[in-house]
Amino acid sequence: MKAVISVTGKDGVGIVAKVSARCAEYGANIIDISQTVLDGYFAMIMIVEISALTVEFGTFVDRMEEAGNENGLKINTMHEDIFNSMHKI
Amino acid sequence: MSIVTVNDIRETINMIQHENLDVRTITMGISLYDCVSDDIGKLCDNIYDKITHKAENIVKVGNGIGKKYGIPIVNKRVSVTPVALIGGKASAEDYVKIAKTLDRAAKEIGINFIGGYSALVQKGMSRGSEELIKSIPQALTETDFLCSSLNVASTKAGINMDAIYMAGKAIKELAYLTKDRNSIGCAKFVVFANAPEDNPFMAGAFHGIGEPECVINVGVSGPGVVAAAIKRAGNCDFGTLADIIKKTAYKITSVGQLVATDAAKELGVPFGIVDLSLAPTPAIGDSVARILENMGLERCGTHGTTAALAMLNDAVKKGGVMASSSVGGLSGAFIPVSEDEGMIEAVNVGALHLNKLEAMTAVCSVGLDMIAIPGDTPVETICGIIADEIAIGVVNTKTTAARLIPAYGKNVGDSVDFGGLLGTAPIMEVSPFSSCEFVRRGGHIPAPMHSLKN
Repeated sequence: MKAVISVTGKDGVGIVAKVSARCAEYGANIIDISQTVLDGYFAMIMIVEISALTVEFGTFVDRMEEAGNENGLKINTMHEDIFNSMHKI
Repeated sequence: MSIVTVNDIRETINMIQHENLDVRTITMGISLYDCVSDDIGKLCDNIYDKITHKAENIVKVGNGIGKKYGIPIVNKRVSVTPVALIGGKASAEDYVKIAKTLDRAAKEIGINFIGGYSALVQKGMSRGSEELIKSIPQALTETDFLCSSLNVASTKAGINMDAIYMAGKAIKELAYLTKDRNSIGCAKFVVFANAPEDNPFMAGAFHGIGEPECVINVGVSGPGVVAAAIKRAGNCDFGTLADIIKKTAYKITSVGQLVATDAAKELGVPFGIVDLSLAPTPAIGDSVARILENMGLERCGTHGTTAALAMLNDAVKKGGVMASSSVGGLSGAFIPVSEDEGMIEAVNVGALHLNKLEAMTAVCSVGLDMIAIPGDTPVETICGIIADEIAIGVVNTKTTAARLIPAYGKNVGDSVDFGGLLGTAPIMEVSPFSSCEFVRRGGHIPAPMHSLKN
């Protein structure tokens, strides 16, 4: 099972590091990262493997959101199935 | 990216965060047949126990699924067997006790509406149905979350005009009894023709007579997503436009199907249907009227509106059907005036009138919905409006409905605010000419011909 983590906000030093550290803390294995900065605005989409999470997925979602709030970022974590169902026939 | 493209992911996130994509409701249908008792106290106890047991986790599960997929699941609700079918020898006063029991159960499990305080009287009225209808004004005044509906007509049975007359009187009384709250009682009562038995949307949800013991039905939403897609498409012809709507509806409905499957599994209840509806809210960017305007109409309600709505409704169904294993309910675009920011504005600028809304209901679900009219509108005029709406459904073999609010003490130019999803309703003008003698005839309008269709 995979999840998509989207991170947006003002660019700064160490965003990828902070988000990755949080993923590692809860056992989410990063599979893919797509990241850009446009006019000082940071946007990242991260695919993580969540089969070995150390907490429930709902808790992981909350923790990632909190990590975003602590760092002035908006972090959304969503199960991959919503994207698969919408974009695959 | 390994699963879908980055653009796909961005599109989904954008739909949720900026275009108000949500799942409007997870509704659990619960049969009350096995609650029947000749003792009203026992009947109420059985109902309370069954609902609070079956739907105990619906709110928790709904919120959990919302979190998993990062999409709001706005409402968690319950619909029950039409109460008139399980009341036995209950009197109108007894029915009020059942109403309060349903309301208490709804509060206990934390849902925001419970539907099914209903009677099916399209062909005639049983004693129990008559008692239930008499109890509706008091029942809806003394409860908070209870919704009530009547099926007064069907294509096969014709139109029960006596039931419409009783419904008109109930609406008027309800408006008076809840006058301190802008006659909000009327917002919880709807009169149907060809009522669907698996509808997850309020106020008309009930758990139909042929439904299973317990079932999960899901209503999707997403007018903002469709409006944005049309706007992005710019100047294209109708074929292309229909295609865009279909593809968008497919995506919206896929989410509904995913949520429905998950909810059914987690609650241990069979999945019933996904209702392919575009349900607006009073929020900016969540309006069906704005979809029609994005198609090129200056205002919703102007000439061309019915055609635009017909195309929208059809394309939504065509796109949605493919995304779900089982569709049902009302399935179409809703046009509730008070719950749609664009509709409210269209009424306020004089672009949208009751007559045009009536025409629009001939091509979409569901009917004259959440329409406030002057508080001094005679009962017979209310019945005339309902009868017109019902006739459209009966003759065209479709569901239609009327949810009218004769707002006590209010007149054209005023508006009434119900708060939350029910929104704000500008008072709309009705014909000053009488329908009295017509409505007072009583009896039954026979079922229509099914051949010689012109």
